[in-house]
Amino acid sequence: MVKLGDVAIHGYGGYIPRYRIKAEEIGRIWGQDKSGFPVTEKTVAGIDEDAATMAVEAARTALRRAGIDPRKIGAIYVGSESKPYAVKPTGTIVAEAIGATPTKLAADLEFACKAGSEAIAIIAGLVRSGQIEYGLAIGADAAQGRPGDALEYTAASGAAAFIIGKPDHGAVAEIEAWSGYATDTPDFWRRPSDKYPMHTARFTGEPAYFKHIIGAVKSLLENDGYSLSEIDYFVFHQPNVKFPLAVAKYLKVGQEKVSPGLIANLVGNTYSACSLLGLVNVLDQAQPGQRILLASYGSGAGSDAFVIRVLDGILEKRDLAPRLAELIEDKIYVDYSTYLKLRDEILMR
Amino acid sequence: MRVPGYWRNMPFLYRLAGWKCVHCGAFHNYKPVVCKRCRSREFAQIELPASGRLIAYTTVRSPPKEFAQVAPYAIGLIELDDGTRIISQLTDFREDELRDGARVEAVFRRIRVNGDQGIIEYGYKFRPALRRS
Repeated sequence: MVKLGDVAIHGYGGYIPRYRIKAEEIGRIWGQDKSGFPVTEKTVAGIDEDAATMAVEAARTALRRAGIDPRKIGAIYVGSESKPYAVKPTGTIVAEAIGATPTKLAADLEFACKAGSEAIAIIAGLVRSGQIEYGLAIGADAAQGRPGDALEYTAASGAAAFIIGKPDHGAVAEIEAWSGYATDTPDFWRRPSDKYPMHTARFTGEPAYFKHIIGAVKSLLENDGYSLSEIDYFVFHQPNVKFPLAVAKYLKVGQEKVSPGLIANLVGNTYSACSLLGLVNVLDQAQPGQRILLASYGSGAGSDAFVIRVLDGILEKRDLAPRLAELIEDKIYVDYSTYLKLRDEILMR
Repeated sequence: MRVPGYWRNMPFLYRLAGWKCVHCGAFHNYKPVVCKRCRSREFAQIELPASGRLIAYTTVRSPPKEFAQVAPYAIGLIELDDGTRIISQLTDFREDELRDGARVEAVFRRIRVNGDQGIIEYGYKFRPALRRS
């Protein structure tokens, strides 16, 4: 556990593409039953979208809320496992697109689905040490799932961005504490030349997702003296609907504290953006003084847990940009053929 | 691949940033030597508004080879909120949303992907505005 303090979120933004595919449409192609899908539907990136474009959209929304001069942003870290270039940072594309160039630091991070929260921890450190005035942490992915694989029902697209600086007038939330928990656990991976990840099915639950999230959360709660009653919202990484609810049940947290940040059923698993979009959805409705516990999860494996306290600035900044719920409602359904075209699965010779 | 040209045009492609003639108001996406309209040599750096209304559009069904993957696609004539008119690809729309005067907003998208090894060119496209006031 690390007591942070002196670090605050000044602007936040979530982005999801407009296209959706229903799980039952994917199931129709692969002969799966209409019941028991891990989510109801998921977002699908447009044919002209990738992790960089979605990172830019989320960053622009965060900037609208922060209301700062983008040239004050000294570091941009983008967590993603679907970066458009193997070599060339997404962060510089974002910097140029939001008018933050020349920025001091920009790099891409990879830790499966938790690279975005890792970006928050790094930016928080840079701000706290006084090396930068503001930093931009982003999680963005156009997630890959092999056609016919279980991941295809959930692998979705989206981005979330947070502008972090010292707490002052107008900050929307203070990051009070952080804890991390990482081990070498081979539950999910992708080799450099492969387009789709591999995973170890049921092994991804107990020794991977649950062990690491619970490890990070317990460290935060027990070592820092937070009690469950002091936390108003819990946001867990949500590769499906079942896993975060199981964590809540284990921790004896009521579903009413989890539901506001649980959007996987209508969005899917947006990988590096996944838990962060849950946080965006909570910030869209939380009140000053309330506390949020965020716990990400990245295969490989690790979890970052944060305690975030909402500040008065949320009231004036929240509606400077559309809420995530508006983007979730604004959708165009596609069939499986269109989905394949949008995801660039049609081979053109 | 036209990397230098793409790089020089990034401020306009990424942020609709360019140069406005201080005498006649004409917009230039590169800093010109003289104004294309009034021959003035005085310019101010500006960013165009990222929203406007759709005036007209057409659908491209026989695209150049480099855009074959995204066809069919729509190209629109857009009047931005400051009155500047620009041409842009349209994206994320339902056909019934492309009506005269429809509110549109700029988004950041892939414009051209130069094969498996070349540069990915990003820039603006317009889509129906989320808040359709």
